[in-house]
This record gives sequence, structure tokens and C-alpha cells, in this order.
Amino acid sequence: MPRKKTTRSNGTEDSEVAIAQSLEGLPEGLTTGDLVDSYTNMIMVRTMDERIWALNRQGKVPIAASCQGHEAAQLGSLLAAQKDGRCFLFPYYRDLGLKMAAGLTPTQVMLSFMGKEGEPYSNARQFPLQGADLEHNIIQISNVVGAGLTQAVGYALACKMQDDDTVVLTYFGDGASSQGEAHEAMNFAGVHQLPVIFVCENNHYAISVPQSRQMATDDLASRAQGYGFPGFTVDGMDIVRCYEATREAISHARTQGPVLLEMQVERLMPHTTDDDHLRYRTQEELDSANQRDPVVNFGSDLLARGIITQEKFEAIKAEALQAINEATDVADAANPPDPSTMWGRVYSE
Amino acid sequence: MAVKNVIEAVREALREEMQRDSKVFILGEDVGRRGGVFLATHELIDEFGESRVIDTPLAEASIMGIALGAAFRGMRPIPEVQFSDFIWPAMNQLIGETARACYGTNGALPVPMTIRVPYGGGIRGGLFHSQNVETIFFHTPGLKVVAPATPYDAKGLLKSAIRDNSPVVFLEHKKTYRLVRGELPEEEYTLPIGQADIKRAGENITVVSYGLMLHYCLEAAEAVAGEGIDVEVVDLRTLKPLDKETVLNSVKKTGKLLIVHEDNVTGGVGAEIAALAADEAFEYLDAPVTRLCGPDVPTMPFAQTLEDEYMPNTDKIAQALRKQAAY
Repeated sequence: MPRKKTTRSNGTEDSEVAIAQSLEGLPEGLTTGDLVDSYTNMIMVRTMDERIWALNRQGKVPIAASCQGHEAAQLGSLLAAQKDGRCFLFPYYRDLGLKMAAGLTPTQVMLSFMGKEGEPYSNARQFPLQGADLEHNIIQISNVVGAGLTQAVGYALACKMQDDDTVVLTYFGDGASSQGEAHEAMNFAGVHQLPVIFVCENNHYAISVPQSRQMATDDLASRAQGYGFPGFTVDGMDIVRCYEATREAISHARTQGPVLLEMQVERLMPHTTDDDHLRYRTQEELDSANQRDPVVNFGSDLLARGIITQEKFEAIKAEALQAINEATDVADAANPPDPSTMWGRVYSE
Repeated sequence: MAVKNVIEAVREALREEMQRDSKVFILGEDVGRRGGVFLATHELIDEFGESRVIDTPLAEASIMGIALGAAFRGMRPIPEVQFSDFIWPAMNQLIGETARACYGTNGALPVPMTIRVPYGGGIRGGLFHSQNVETIFFHTPGLKVVAPATPYDAKGLLKSAIRDNSPVVFLEHKKTYRLVRGELPEEEYTLPIGQADIKRAGENITVVSYGLMLHYCLEAAEAVAGEGIDVEVVDLRTLKPLDKETVLNSVKKTGKLLIVHEDNVTGGVGAEIAALAADEAFEYLDAPVTRLCGPDVPTMPFAQTLEDEYMPNTDKIAQALRKQAAY
């Protein structure tokens, strides 16, 4: 498995949030069973992602933002949060993998994308998987990028006030990092040493605008120095690296304060179903990105290391396809919300 | 009963609610050691500590976003916006996020938050320390908007706002802070949000107002009383939800309606009340519904002459009342 070093923003290896570079085996707390489960989740997410894109072209899904290329970052950090068991998540609009693997069934996800009754986040008042899934400790009330960061910081502040040891993880893209609220959130979190992790899934594009037109630096992690807390850049295409980095960050956040984790990923699909990325990316660039596909590479790795057999590998894919097929049928046949449900709950009832 | 001013009433409400509920906390610029630039939070940090009276960086968007996030965790934040004029950086968090949180989560995330906003002009504040901001919140489903005029109403309504499970924009007119005094009961009380109050009963003309202008309306009503014009003054107290019943009952009784506010006339609260009268009291009206409001210039300017030109005042209101009476 490729092991890119996690580096501090100044380029040196960090001793405090040490990643077990020298370990031959798996990092602390991670079993081969976890890897198989994560791969199974990844395949489920990828199959769902591909399906909703196809359903969009069939006119059954109005809008979707693909997470293809982000799966290792999302599922690796989620795994660390789930193993910790005391984390609360503020994801963003591209976090399909995170939200799904947090505990939703394929049918719930499909109901969401089709805007059907029983949609888990807002009963289809909002874009797919947007609102709150409190059962799985998730809030994402809007897709104004950056707005969730200050809310996550406020949530962490409240946890601290309540003497609760919850760690809050807030996810955002490189695009959101340009928002003033990203600065305000990190600044406040630094001042109050709050238990919050800023997870940037840096896919190097804010819709069509490349990183070079968004910031004058090569990485985001270096910003953390300015807020008085550590920042790290992680290979976001490697689920084990993302798990390790998040696990260490959770520990740091709980005991010492904020961490900025930049997970470098690739966006393999256009911004949304309404975008055409060939207007601003070359085919060569996309081909190169696809060579780094985290799902394909993770599967190959597991096979090469003998963690799963070819038979299991095929079975995981077949089971995912069957589950997504069933979810598609159920959601397609499901009722839309009754028009009367447009009313109410404007205020607390 | 002790006589107190509006700022003292606000402070009493804050102190009592913080004593009552440990989930209540204040955050904002200079609210701690300084006690707020108007001293609304004077000495609260001594009683409740810096964890519940939080001096924030000068960054309004995060004040509001952090308050909202804390509310999601069950706290009852009271963010203070130092001057209404500084609320614009926080507008996404307020209008985009806070107002939509309950609806957008299908009721899963109510927002028990009270946003305290000193507002209004007539204090030589110029374009950036005088603004009226109520109309934008008045227009926004998901928010409640309260704008008291007296110490009694300010205290009772602020306590209710803090206990409310929906976000309340609590507008405190700066000029009333020390100018307006009134009796406050020694015992605990609250006032319901959403109920207007008839501050002066009368038979000939209904005047609807709120905030500082309410007092000018009362003075104008007295000024014309000797001329045989009997004015009923309705204090909205809450702008949203609007107490339609009290307004309509008064209009149906008097047959004439004047609306007075300091905020710009176009698309303002007065326009909505005029539409309400047209919709639901048309057959009772004996004169055109009239608005006496701030003109459509951005804010009352700084120079005294310019500010006076902008502001509705007792004389202007009395003139409008005479015109209505003569119709």
C-alpha cells in the first residue's frame, strides 16, 4: 500500500501527531477486517454514486454531486471517528460517501436523491442528504460553502461548555477555504483551543477554478500556523493514511485543541451533474487523476496483499450492485412527499 | 416598583435568565470586561464568568455561526451585534442558515437563540451607526422579530425571547436606552411574543408604530387631543409574527390608519400593515391608509439638519394625524 508521509505544514515530520510510519503492519486500532469492511463500503458508495449519475441522465435524480475520488478521505476519516465513538460531524455537499457509510441504507440514500417521502435528512425539503441526520451525529444544514465551519466551531464550543469530550469534525473543499468564515472559524477555534478538526478535502478545484487561482500557496495545511494550531497534509487517496491521520487528530483535538487536516484528493467527475469538466480540464489531466482512483487502487492492494480473495472481491461488487438495484427500485416506486408537508416546522413546534 | 430605563431592563432580563438557565450564554464584541458598548452586559462577566460572557473577535459572521452551532448542541446563545449597522457580515448565518435550520431539517434542529441588536437613529450616528434593519428580518420566515419601546416591554419580551425555541431578532432602539424610563415590577414576569399593545385608546384614528417612534406617536396624539382628534396608538412590540387581530380590531373601530416607522418607507413593515388593512378591513376604512416613514435614502445622515430631515418626529406625525382627521 502506498504510504505517503504525513508532514507538518513546515515540511518536517511531526513528533506529536506521529503517524506510525515505521510500522510494517496496520496502524493502531485497525484490523484487516476493518479494511475489508471499508472496501465493502467504498464499493457500495461508488456503485451508488455511479447509479445516481445515470439516474440523473434518466431524469429521475434532479441533481447530484459526485464523491468519486474522495472516498478514501471520507471513509478513512469516518472510520477513525466511528472507532473513537465520541465524534460529531459537519460534512459538506460532496460527502456522499461519509454520509452513506455513517449508517444510511442504500434505500435511504436513493430516496434522498430522488426526493421521496422518508428522505432521512429533511424529508426531501432540501437537496439530497442535506439537513441533519442526528441519529448518526451529522449536521449539514446548507450548501453555502464555509458556513458550516463556524457552526461546527460553535458546536465544539458548546461541547466544551457542557464538559463533554466530543470532538467535532468539519469537512470542506478547497473552494470553501477562500470564504471569510473559514478564517473566522479557525481563528476562533484557535483562540479557545476547541476540540475541532478542520478536514479539507482538497481536490484542487472550486468548480472550474484551479487551486492556483484560489490561493498563492501549494497547500492549505500551512495556514494552520497562523491560527496557532497544527496542520497536516495527507494523501487523501490512501484510506489507511486518512484513518491514521484522523485518529491522531482526534486525540490531539480532544486534549490540546484544533487541527487542520488537508486531504489531497482528486475529483474524478464534474462538479455536479450539471457541469462539464472538459470545459476547464484536459482529458490528459483526467486520465492521470483516474490512475489514482482510490477505490480501484485500494481493491488492487487488498488483492495483492492477500487480504481478500478474487472471489470475495467479485462478491463485494455483486452484492453492492444488487443492493443498489433494489434501492433504485424501492425509491423509484416510493411516493413523493405529500404536498401538505411543505407546511409547518418553519418554527419550533 | 422601581423606575428603570431600557438598558437596565435589558440587563435585568439577561441576568435573570442566565441565573435561571445555565444553557444561556452571551457572546459578542466587548460584552465582557467592557460590559458592552451600551453597558447592556455590565458586570455580567463578574457573576457568570468568561465562559458564559464571551468576548469574541471582531467578526460578526462567526459570532452568528458559532451561536447557531452552539444552539444545535442545546445551548441558548444570545449573540450581541454591537450596532445593527454591523449585522450585514452575519447575514448569511442569520437569513441563509439560522432562519432555515428548523425548516430545512424538517424540525430536527430548532434554534433557541436570541440575537440582540441595538438599532435606529436620531442619535447623530450617521450612515453606519443608525440603521434600521428590521424589514429584512420581518420578511424572513423562520425568524421572529421583537422591537419593544419601553423598559417594561423590553424586559418581559427579552425574557420570553430567551426562552423561545425559535430564533428571535431582538431590536433595541438605541435612543430609548437611557431616554425612556418606566416602572419595572419587582416580581418575575414575562410578556408573550406576538402580542401588540394598545398604548393609548382612542376613537378617531389608529396609529401603528413601534420602537422609538411609538413615543413620538404618543406625544403627537396628546398634541392633537386638544383639537378634538382622539387617537388610538397601537404598539406592535412584536413585528413577526404580526398581531393582525389587534391592528385590525383597532382599524375597524376608528376607520382610519396611519403607520409610523423610522425604517425606509418602500417595502417596509408599514407596507405590509397597509396591505393587511386593504385585505381585511377595506370596508371599514374612511380614509386612505397613510404611512409616515423614513424616506428612501440609505440611512439618516450625520449632520443635524440632514438627520432631522430624515427622521419622523412629533410635529410631522401630528400633521399627518390632522390630515387624516380632516379627510
